[in-house]
This record gives sequence, C-alpha cells and structure tokens, in this order.
Amino acid sequence: MLNYVWCFIIIFSIICAAATGNMESLTNSVLNSAEDAVSLIIAMTGAICFWNGIMEIAEKSGIVKKIAKVLSPILSKLFPNVDKNGKAFAAISANVTANLLGIGNAATPLGIKAMRELENENKLLKTTFTADRNMIMFVILNTTSFQLMPTMILTIMQSCGASKPTSIIPYVWAASVAGLAAGILSVNILCRDKKRE
Amino acid sequence: MISAFIPIIIFLIIIAGLYQKTPVFNCFMNGAKDGLKTIYEISPSLIGLITAIGMLKASGGLEILTHILSPAANFIGIPPEVSPLFILKPISGSGSLAMLEQIIKENGADSIISKIAAVMTGSTETTFYCIAVYYGATNIKNTGKTIPCALIGDMVSMLTACFLFSSFNN
Repeated sequence: MLNYVWCFIIIFSIICAAATGNMESLTNSVLNSAEDAVSLIIAMTGAICFWNGIMEIAEKSGIVKKIAKVLSPILSKLFPNVDKNGKAFAAISANVTANLLGIGNAATPLGIKAMRELENENKLLKTTFTADRNMIMFVILNTTSFQLMPTMILTIMQSCGASKPTSIIPYVWAASVAGLAAGILSVNILCRDKKRE
Repeated sequence: MISAFIPIIIFLIIIAGLYQKTPVFNCFMNGAKDGLKTIYEISPSLIGLITAIGMLKASGGLEILTHILSPAANFIGIPPEVSPLFILKPISGSGSLAMLEQIIKENGADSIISKIAAVMTGSTETTFYCIAVYYGATNIKNTGKTIPCALIGDMVSMLTACFLFSSFNN
C-alpha cells in the first residue's frame, strides 16, 4: 500500500504543480527535500546510536526483561500470539515504556528492534513479505502513541504567549486514548491472521 | 522535573549494568553499532517519503486536497481553520508544527481554535514517518492493513480533539 501512496503523492504533486504553475518551486523542492531528509537522518544518527547503546546495557543487565514482566498483563492481551519470554515481547515492552515517558529518541530504536524480532519470530514472513497482525498492532501502538507530557506542543503554546498551556493536557490524553482505542479496535476487526505454523 | 528525567534513566541503567557486572562500555558500543546499521537501512525509505511530501507541499497539492475535503469537514462541524491539519498531521511532523504556530499566531494563543489545533497536533505521531521507519528496517514489502488502521486511529483522535472543545464551548 505504501507503494501506491508514494506514487500517488508524487504524481498528484506533479499534476497539481502543472495546473497551478508551481513547476519551479516543485523542481526546487525535489532537491531541497532530499537534502532535508539527509540532514534529518544525520541529526537522528547520534541519538539513535546513543540510545541503542544505552538500551543494550539495559537489556544485558536484565532491566528490559523486568519491564516486560510488569507490562505483560496488558501487552499479552494486545499480542496474544507473541512469546511472552521472547526477545520481541521484551523489545515491545521497552518501546511502550519509552513512548509513555515521552523519550521518542529511545522509543524509535527499540521499536525497530521489536519489528525485527517480530519478523524473526514468524517464519512465514520470510516467504510472504507481508506484515502480520502483530506487526500491524505494534506499528499502530506507535502511530497513535500515548504520551504523558506533550512537551513539544506545550513549548510552542508557551512561546506564543498562551496564559495556561498545561490546561490542554487532559484533552491531549483524551484524544490520544480515543485514537489508540480506535486503532486497536480496527486492527482487531480488519486483521485476522491465518494460523501460524 | 522533565529535564532531569533522561539523565536519571541513563544513571539507573548504568548503575544496573555495573551491579550485574556487564561490560558496560562494550555493550554500549555493540548497541551503537547496531544503531548505525539501522540508520543505513531506514535511510532509503525516509528519503523517498520526505521528498515526496516536500513535493506535495511545494506543488500546491496540499491546498487543493484541503479545498476538496473542506465541504465534508464543514458538514461535520470541524472549524475550517484546523481542517488542513487532518491531511498534514499524518504525513508531516514539521509541517504540522509550522501550521500550528501559524494558527496560534492568527487566532491568539488562548482561543479555542488554537487549543483544538494544539490538541490535534499533540495527540498522534506522524503516521507515515513511523510506518516508513519501522517497515524500512524489516524485509516486509506489503504493509497489509497498516495504513488504513493507522489513519482510522489518527482521524478518531483528531475528531475527538475537535468535538471535545466544541461541546465544552456550547
């Protein structure tokens, strides 16, 4: 599906630019955005490497396993066919914890790790290359992610002179939880896995 | 409080590592090396997606999309000022933050519109970026129902943001 979305965005952009006479800025944007992407990647590299390193220590010293135990009653409901003592489950728990705490930089490498472990756990994926229910559920948990402190937004509101920026926090929680619930529900309805081997 | 959070976590992890007699720095380097591999693997999908979205913004396509969808948005009672966020938020994190700032500047920081926009921006992640990063690191070629499910989640959380405030306002 990402294939079609990507092609649609590019083709639609070129047609729109032709229709609105924005061809020149479109041409510039091709070069600039590719460059922006690389700057973003370079900016991410340090944080991802550092947190990956720190999390490796956490894993080797058994902290990640302990977190997995604490979260397992909730997470095993969302991921009923992921091995509770496996590496994938531990990585999922660590990613969820980092998201809750709002450390996005740590959540990303942990999430990538969880995806790879999920891929290793399901042998079918090596031939079908199609995301299974666990992977979809995991990505949905991250796209609708629930944060205790939406720091970025609060900073912007404050810098623009809002008198009480923190008053929006309960609303952010409510909207996040609604989105999360809708996401989980739609995975449960739309994604039925065939029996795993 | 928040600023002390990250150092405390790093402190606890390192103390735990020392306590368990793990070779802390070696572990760190192994992990960091994996981090580099990860970056290498997710780069192509990020470059592809970010460029496509840059093109969409520069071409005026985003305005056209918003324009097409605005009657529907008006019909269900979404304030016209925030309706571009419905399209922008799932595809571009920096773009929606820029739009939030603009909305706040035009409507005043304490207006209902600004609060709705802030809640909408703060309550979900940038969906397409997330999908590109996570699937980019695997060999998965077909993401199945990921995008529909993710967009349902986004829409519900942004609609909730709109209606929470309008119901309080009346």
